[in-house]
Amino acid sequence: MTEETQANIIKRTWQLLCHPCTTKSLLSLLSMGFVAGIIFWGGFNTAMEATNNETFCISCHEMEENVYQEYKQTIHYMNRTGVRATCPDCHVPKEWVHKFVRKIQASNELYHKMLGSIDTPEKFEAKRLELAKHVWASMKKTDSRECRNCHDYESMDYGEQSRRSSRLHQKGFSNGQTCIDCHKGIAHQLPYMDEATHKETGL
Amino acid sequence: MKIINSITFILSFALICFSLLSFADVVSLRGHNPLDEEAKIPTLKRWQHDREPIARNYLQQPPIIPHKIHRYTIDRRSNKCLTCHSWRSYKESGATKISLTHFRDRDGNELSSVAPRRYFCTQCHVPQVEAPPLIENQFTPVDSLTQE
Ligand code: HEC
Ligand code: HEC
Ligand code: HEC
Ligand code: HEC
Ligand code: HEC
Repeated sequence: MTEETQANIIKRTWQLLCHPCTTKSLLSLLSMGFVAGIIFWGGFNTAMEATNNETFCISCHEMEENVYQEYKQTIHYMNRTGVRATCPDCHVPKEWVHKFVRKIQASNELYHKMLGSIDTPEKFEAKRLELAKHVWASMKKTDSRECRNCHDYESMDYGEQSRRSSRLHQKGFSNGQTCIDCHKGIAHQLPYMDEATHKETGL
Repeated sequence: MKIINSITFILSFALICFSLLSFADVVSLRGHNPLDEEAKIPTLKRWQHDREPIARNYLQQPPIIPHKIHRYTIDRRSNKCLTCHSWRSYKESGATKISLTHFRDRDGNELSSVAPRRYFCTQCHVPQVEAPPLIENQFTPVDSLTQE
């Protein structure tokens, strides 16, 4: 195809799109658009929701065998009150702009899934520190937004909390610290850390 | 031959009777429980809430843990206790720092990080539950630990 004919096709398509439609009324066009919009939006949202629950998260064995088994031992899986925090509660933002961005990042994870980057426990262990550091960094950046969706330090009753909790919470919050500064490894076991990381994370 | 046989028989019979008698008031750890019935499960004890350090009873005693340690992991990868009790973090967390004995290995070498034999803290340090003592105990701390 020569460049000229290519330009021609583009031009003609553009004209067709801009040309007023004479066979359909404006109302019917608008309603068609409206219906299509609903379908697209609905489909989009359905896809977002379908990939936003625990069953989906652990449908790949990388997650099922490693992180899920550990998470099952923690307070966010089983506790006194029976309220559970699932994977997306902590790993996917609630608000949709942030959520959308996170889902795009997840495509990169799918790419690595296909490459098999962490498809054995050994490979996962080897990558674990790096993965954990990503989560820590993003939680630090958002002031632990996902934790605060459920826990709000403004609503904490220090009188009800244990000695160590109330002391460090009051000190930490007035120093501008955030949940992930002190609560690393809350839902999974901590990665193996070398001395440099110990220093960096303060663990 | 016959006589020896009957003596052996009588002796062993006496022995069996004697042992049955002497064991009559020994209770198995499961309690008096017929084999075909399920034993009663003792109720779970509650862990004590966090509180100030508990006084020691003798100088070399590993202090008792005065706080909950439920779900704290100590494994090859990480040691939750050290995130508060290490020399790096004790100031921040307000915890007692581990003493120098925790850095000495079994050959007497002074190490710069926790000695392997002191890594698994709960081998020696334990938290407390709300429970009456199983047997009466009249132990009193040494004089140097009692204040009066
Ligand atoms: C879906 C809501 C939800 C989210 C999100 C959430 N939590 Fe929780 N969290 C809970 C509930 C529910 C409990 C248990 C309350 C109870 O004791 O019954 C809990 C308990 C805890 C505890 C108490 C642990 C203990 O052993 O007593 C800590 C610490 C904690 N969460 C920290 C966090 C941090 C840090 C994050 C963010 C990474 C987070 N939570 C995210 C709901 C949530
Ligand atoms: C300065 C450090 C620090 C910061 C910052 C911090 N925590 Fe904590 N938190 C602690 C300590 C220490 C404990 C008690 C020890 C433990 O449970 O392991 C604790 C305990 C808790 C508990 C259990 C309370 C109880 O007494 O049963 C919850 C829930 C919790 N934190 C949630 C949060 C959330 C949510 C945030 C962020 C808004 C946060 N923490 C920020 C240090 C911190
Ligand atoms: C209470 C919040 C919370 C829940 C629930 C949770 N995570 Fe995490 N996740 C974290 C935090 C915080 C980190 C950062 C590492 C750390 O501190 O352990 C993390 C790290 C990870 C990592 C990086 C590797 C690692 O171990 O550090 C993966 C993968 C992961 N989570 C997957 C999941 C999956 C799958 C689920 C559901 C089965 C889940 N998470 C549930 C908070 C949570
Ligand atoms: C969140 C921080 C934190 C963690 C994690 C922690 N501790 Fe502590 N621990 C403290 C604080 C703070 C005190 C001092 C109590 C006080 O003054 O309120 C203490 C006190 C103690 C004491 C008593 C010290 C004395 O002088 O009598 C022992 C023993 C102890 N902890 C052992 C442990 C062990 C073993 C673990 C791990 C299973 C552990 N701790 C995990 C914060 C922590
Ligand atoms: C082999 C038994 C043993 C192990 C394992 C052990 N300790 Fe100790 N610990 C002791 C004894 C004994 C003392 C009291 C005498 C002394 O200071 O050595 C003590 C004292 C302490 C004290 C009080 C120190 C002081 O200055 O009064 C703390 C805090 C402590 N240990 C924490 C820990 C932690 C945290 C770990 C795990 C990393 C641990 N211990 C592992 C035996 C042990």
